[in-house]
Amino acid sequence: MPGLPSLRERGSRGEANMFIVNYIKDIYKGIRSLLVGMRRTGYYFTHHKEIITQEYPDNRDTLKMADRFKGEVVMPHDENNEHRCTGCTACELACPNGTIKVVTKFDITPEGKKKKAIDKLVYHLELCTMCNLCIIACPSDAIVMAQTFEHSVFDRAQLTKILNNPGSKIMEGVE
Amino acid sequence: MFRETEILQTASQVSSTGGDLEGAGDLVINVGPQHPATHGVLHLVITLNGETIKKVEPHLGYIHRSIEKMCESLTYRQFIYVTSRMDYLSAHMNNHACALCVEKGMQIEVPERAKVVRVIMDELTRIASHELWWGAMAMDVGAFTPFFHAFRERETINEIMEETCGARLTMNYYVPGGLMAELHPDFQKKVKSFITLFKSKIDEYDELVTGNIIFQNRMKGVGYLSAEDAVSFGCSGPTARGSGVSSDIRKLYPYAAYDQVQFDEVLENGCDSFARYMIRIREMKQSVRIIEQLIDNIPEGDFQAKTKAVLKLPKGEFYTRVETARGELGVYIVSEGGTTPYRIKFRSPGFSNLSALDQMARGSKLGDLVAMMGTLDLVIPDIDR
Repeated sequence: MPGLPSLRERGSRGEANMFIVNYIKDIYKGIRSLLVGMRRTGYYFTHHKEIITQEYPDNRDTLKMADRFKGEVVMPHDENNEHRCTGCTACELACPNGTIKVVTKFDITPEGKKKKAIDKLVYHLELCTMCNLCIIACPSDAIVMAQTFEHSVFDRAQLTKILNNPGSKIMEGVE
Repeated sequence: MFRETEILQTASQVSSTGGDLEGAGDLVINVGPQHPATHGVLHLVITLNGETIKKVEPHLGYIHRSIEKMCESLTYRQFIYVTSRMDYLSAHMNNHACALCVEKGMQIEVPERAKVVRVIMDELTRIASHELWWGAMAMDVGAFTPFFHAFRERETINEIMEETCGARLTMNYYVPGGLMAELHPDFQKKVKSFITLFKSKIDEYDELVTGNIIFQNRMKGVGYLSAEDAVSFGCSGPTARGSGVSSDIRKLYPYAAYDQVQFDEVLENGCDSFARYMIRIREMKQSVRIIEQLIDNIPEGDFQAKTKAVLKLPKGEFYTRVETARGELGVYIVSEGGTTPYRIKFRSPGFSNLSALDQMARGSKLGDLVAMMGTLDLVIPDIDR
């Protein structure tokens, strides 16, 4: 809306009339635009069927994260407590943040040969940015992303995890 | 960097200098670095004469993480994820620029499928970014409801991203040579239902905000940036196009599959805040148009080209640019032939756009400053890096 100059400054009477007409038009348009917006607000006020909020944490039991959601790195074990990790350190090299540390040892096979295996796979959750690079680098699909996301703990040391279970060994046939 | 003249931070400092300083009696106030209206840790030192702005000086560095330096110690596969943290609202586009630069250096031919999916993902991100901007922009000028409306639609995009890429903001879905993973089976269905939803809701935006008389009076004729200034400040993206400067990288230097789709470069000649507002509203519609053309025509094939296990860019300099939601993002890599870049420079759109704020704001009232900053769509981590 234009500012209201005094009518005395205006030249002719017709110009002043035009100004008043435009001024009233502007007021009408302004009020109308506000009402259009209020109608939309009113529509949602009366049509509150569509519920778009989730009441976390009350819905924890039913909350389903997407399958690919990158929550943390885990190493799946089967029922015999066996994993697929060969200790090749591809994940350690792929990680941009030094999140993963693979500690290897040498097992003695029944034939008496030495075989490289993982002692422990240390995972620092506090350093992890969930970039997924370790997962795609792994040649034997030993690590996957889990869908957990509640990582808060009281002590920072608890965020450093050892991914392989105690006493676990490598699955048969994984090289 | 040392400043040439000491900046007077408080009114008492100004008055203590007496009359021997030009503009003595001006009030110098600080907006930020922690201020609810600045969308991040941006520190503005504003010189005021009464309520009229005489000078705006942005101070940066509060969220500087030295991403460029970090990238020098990461390999060409690893450094891409860091760039999601620059302009976190257009994470896909940032990753796209880096992936394009590495592909250019390695001369990797990206499969058609990956190119098309990249365009769809980029445009979805652009809509999500503009949605968030629209909500925050309306909030800057005092409207609270639009924020919730914008986030309602944005949530749909975030869910699509979460399903396919595994994350909502810092997706890290692009790798040199293509995409990290195959699309989720529901992807096309979800995107189509989003388009239907979005088309029914975009008119609400006009009803709620665009046509509103209070909003229009706050926007029109405010924050004037002439086309010459926009060019000389290096503005890009919606900020430049609001002044009528054609600067859409997607049109001027097509990358990925942008040369296969029909879309208009949105231009406005208003040069004011309202023009920049309308650019983004109209750009969202253009993004929908691009997605509609591609979503049914995603070519079959590999999503990733075969690449060597260790990427080594040949010795030389490489530069690529993409159009993010804020403007032109340039990635400049200097390679010495090793596995890590020798030097990386990001030309971020927000930095150049912010530099025009002083020109825009001079002579206008303090109350309009926040609205002007809103139309620039500032993302501070992008400016600071």
